[in-house]
Amino acid sequence: MNEFFSQTYEIKGKDFQNAGKVSTGIKTLLKQLGIKPEIIRKVAIACYEAEMNIVMYAKTGTMKLDIDTKKIKITVLDQGPGIQDIDLAMKEGYSTATPEMREMGFGAGMGLPNIKKNSDEFKIESSIGEGTKLEITIFIN
Amino acid sequence: MLLSEIVKILSCYVFACDNRLDIDIKFGCASDLMSDVLAFSQPDAVLLTGLVNSQTIHTAYISEIRAIVFVRGKKPTEDIVQLAESKSIPLLCTNYSMYEACGLLYKAGLESTMEFVPPNSSKKSFNSSF
Repeated sequence: MNEFFSQTYEIKGKDFQNAGKVSTGIKTLLKQLGIKPEIIRKVAIACYEAEMNIVMYAKTGTMKLDIDTKKIKITVLDQGPGIQDIDLAMKEGYSTATPEMREMGFGAGMGLPNIKKNSDEFKIESSIGEGTKLEITIFIN
Repeated sequence: MLLSEIVKILSCYVFACDNRLDIDIKFGCASDLMSDVLAFSQPDAVLLTGLVNSQTIHTAYISEIRAIVFVRGKKPTEDIVQLAESKSIPLLCTNYSMYEACGLLYKAGLESTMEFVPPNSSKKSFNSSF
C-alpha cells in the first residue's frame, strides 16, 4: 500500500464530554489534505457513528485512519459487550440504546446501517464479551 | 434562501457567527434525533432542533449543516456557543415551536432535506416496515 498517512486515535467509553472530538478532528484533517467534500462527508459520518458507538457501548476503543492515494480505510476496534445478532443490529431502527443515549440524540438504531451506507466496503466482526471490529473503506476516486 | 431571511422569518436571536448570515441555505431539516440527521440530511441545510448539546454542533459539522435554529426559545450555554464559533456554524434561537418554525420556512419556499416518498411507491421509504 502506498500509504501517506496513518494515525490511531484512542476513544474512551462513557466519555460523553469528549464524544465527537476524534471524528470532527478527522474531518478537519481531511479538509486540510484537500480530499473532495463528498468523500469527506462520507468518512466523517462513518467515523462519527462509530465513535459514538464506542462511547455509548464500549469500555474503550481505537479508531485507525489509513489514507493512501486510492482510498481511506478506518479500522475501529472496541473492548465492549460485543453484538449478539449482527444481522439484527444492521437493521434500521433496531436499537439497544439507554435513555441517556437517547437524550443525546442517538440510539435510533441507525448507527451501523448508516456506517455501511457511507462505506464502499464494510466488514464487521464481533465476539460476545470481547468486542467489535469494523473495517470501513471509502475510495477517493 | 439566505440565512438572514430565516432570521427575519423566525424572529431569531443570533448566538454565534452573526457575521455569517449571508450564507445560502438550500434545505430545511428538523429533528431532535441526531441519528436521523446523520442518516437523512443533505449538505447545505439548516437544522431546526430542540436538542441543545455538544452533539448537535458535532452532528452539524460532520454532516455539512450550515446553521442551527433552536426552537421553543431554547438557549445554548456558553460552551456550546464557543464550540459552534470554532466550527463556524451560526446558532439561532426562535420562540416558535418546531411545528410552527418548519411551517413558516416551508411556506417561504425552503425545501425539505428529505425526499418525500409517496405511499405505495416501489422506492424504499424511511418507515418502509409500516
